[in-house]
Amino acid sequence: MRWIRQNVIGAIAILVLLYLFLPIAVVIIFSFNNPVGKYNLSWNEFSLDAWSQICGVPGVCSSFVTSIQIGLITTTFATILGTLIAFALVRYRFRGRSSTNLLIFMPMATPEIVMGSSLLALFLNLSFPLGAVTIMIAHIMFIISFVVVAVKARLQGMDPRLEEAARDLYASPYATFRYVTFPLVLPGIIGAALLGFSLSFDDFIISFFNAGTLVTFPIYIWGAAQRGIPPQVNALASLVFMSALLIVLSAQLVAWRKRRSLATR
Amino acid sequence: MPEGVSRIVEDLRLANLTKQFGETKAVDNLSITIPAGSFFALLGASGCGKTTTLRMVAGLEDPSAGQVFIGDKDITELRAFQRPVNTVFQSYALFPHLDIYENVAFGLRRRGVKDVDAQVGRMLELVELASLARRKPSQLSGGQQQRVAVARALINKPDVLLLDEPLGALDLKLRRQMQIELKRIQSEVGTTFVHVTHDQEEAMTMADTVAVMNAGRIEQLGHPADVYETPHTIFVANFLGQSNLIAGKKVTSGEIVEVAAFGLGFKMPASRNVAPGMNIVVGVRPEKITVLDLHDEDKLPAAHNRIFGVVTDVSYTGVSTQYLVETPWGQTIIAFEQNSIVGDRCAVGDQVVLGWAPEHTFGLDPAEGLTSGLDKAVVELESDPEA
Ligand SMILES: Nc1ncnc2c1ncn2[C@@H]1O[C@H](COP(=O)(O)OP(=O)(O)OP(=O)(O)O)[C@@H](O)[C@H]1O
Ligand SMILES: [Mg+2]
Repeated sequence: MRWIRQNVIGAIAILVLLYLFLPIAVVIIFSFNNPVGKYNLSWNEFSLDAWSQICGVPGVCSSFVTSIQIGLITTTFATILGTLIAFALVRYRFRGRSSTNLLIFMPMATPEIVMGSSLLALFLNLSFPLGAVTIMIAHIMFIISFVVVAVKARLQGMDPRLEEAARDLYASPYATFRYVTFPLVLPGIIGAALLGFSLSFDDFIISFFNAGTLVTFPIYIWGAAQRGIPPQVNALASLVFMSALLIVLSAQLVAWRKRRSLATR
Repeated sequence: MPEGVSRIVEDLRLANLTKQFGETKAVDNLSITIPAGSFFALLGASGCGKTTTLRMVAGLEDPSAGQVFIGDKDITELRAFQRPVNTVFQSYALFPHLDIYENVAFGLRRRGVKDVDAQVGRMLELVELASLARRKPSQLSGGQQQRVAVARALINKPDVLLLDEPLGALDLKLRRQMQIELKRIQSEVGTTFVHVTHDQEEAMTMADTVAVMNAGRIEQLGHPADVYETPHTIFVANFLGQSNLIAGKKVTSGEIVEVAAFGLGFKMPASRNVAPGMNIVVGVRPEKITVLDLHDEDKLPAAHNRIFGVVTDVSYTGVSTQYLVETPWGQTIIAFEQNSIVGDRCAVGDQVVLGWAPEHTFGLDPAEGLTSGLDKAVVELESDPEA
């Protein structure tokens, strides 16, 4: 009885982690498969082909690069605009402020399929050529909302007395922003940018409507799924997962080393 | 500024300074001069406008009216970062993303001072934090954070240092220690300190001048001993220490003012009476009162004021004994007696006489009411017969 009580939380935790990581494990494992036939669905034999010839299947790598490029550009614009909006909403009282506060949630609340299709209708009506630009316009639009929410939360949580203290200590308005406000809000901005990138990279529905003939990574996979997904896709997906893991781990490492250097000082 | 060169610090002067927040007048037409290099304590109940006053001096709040001068220079229009004034905030407001060294160096760096390293080193020595220079503020204790806040402000050698209840968050022992420390630093650097507190003992032990503030106005200002011994308003008498107040009517005036109350006569020097009319409140501090058994009344000097009553409570507090004595008209008088007398103390139920010198008596204007300046919760508790 006691043994169960002491270990029940651990057991549940392991089950939940399994539930979370099993799909990822499957993706990684099958990147080392040498599939029989078109479908990479049952284990055949171990092979490094997918990794050594990661661009071996036409379209895989170019779509991957397209998605990365779109993600980077989108994130840059959305982060800058969203941060500026967040500052305006928190710091200034202006007419239309509360309605802006509400409207900024709209893209998050709208179903993607609705947003994707209405944007398509808009672009067609304007005879705007579909492609990378339309995808980026669409992505920036909905990622801004996430950035605003994240940065706003950070800004509102900041003690206004810190900026007053800076002003009291001879910091001009610019220096106050540069040395106090911005460094304190930066973690929120970085978090928002990472989230924004993964939302853009991952987006299928909105991109699909507005891509024209352009093939992003999610669109490629969707297309490939009809014909059988090559293990190269698994390899690329594993790469993405591992880069994310690397970012998290290095952040942890930096924090850990900081703590250690303090303890030994 | 090279070391060893004494600099000319100038007076801080507030002229008709007023701050209105909507309906509330947080600071009401304040005019004071704080002499250069002095330790000035601003004392008052919560919400009386102390922080607002400091913020206007620092430039963090625009006055609704009035001016702030340093020497002859009007600094009212200067922005916070242009004023030779620094603040130790009520909550310290240390920069959480910077370590202690960088927190202290902040002001120097913003002004582009050259020998940052030497100055910060010296300042950290002064506040005894040199060994913690690379810690973040969150890794320090309350007392250490407080010292960082003081160091961060003082390193800029401001003409005026504003301290907004910097010791409020500390426990009693650390508080006493910090008070001594602050006083030491002040005499070392010679900057004008304006110290806001609502700890009256702190204000009296540290300051050259105390100002008691109430509802946006200064009630009384002066040397701590003068303000304590001769309060000018009922608020000050009650807020700064404790007072026994008895309402009466003036019988004679002249060198000695005589007041009749409840069939008794009280005398005081005319110089200690501020009441303009016939109605006078007679006041005396508890420690000025001698408590004697009724049979020993003849031991009191003939000129002493006296009240007769019954002891209702005796509490021994170590240094002194506190007596509560009920008068025939139902008022409770409080008296402290040093525990240096030989012989028996009076006990509960004893008939006693309370005596004190006319020179320890003060006369106040009753207009504001006898409970002005008392803690509201205490007043309610005492007037409630059930309690
Ligand atoms: N920004 C503001 N807006 C509106 N009213 C304010 C503002 N700041 C202060 N007040 C009001 O002004 C009055 C004085 O406030 P202040 O902060 O100066 O009090 P204080 O004496 O420092 O009190 P405490 O001892 O509690 O710190 C209070 O009634 C307060 O509610
Ligand atoms: Mg205050």
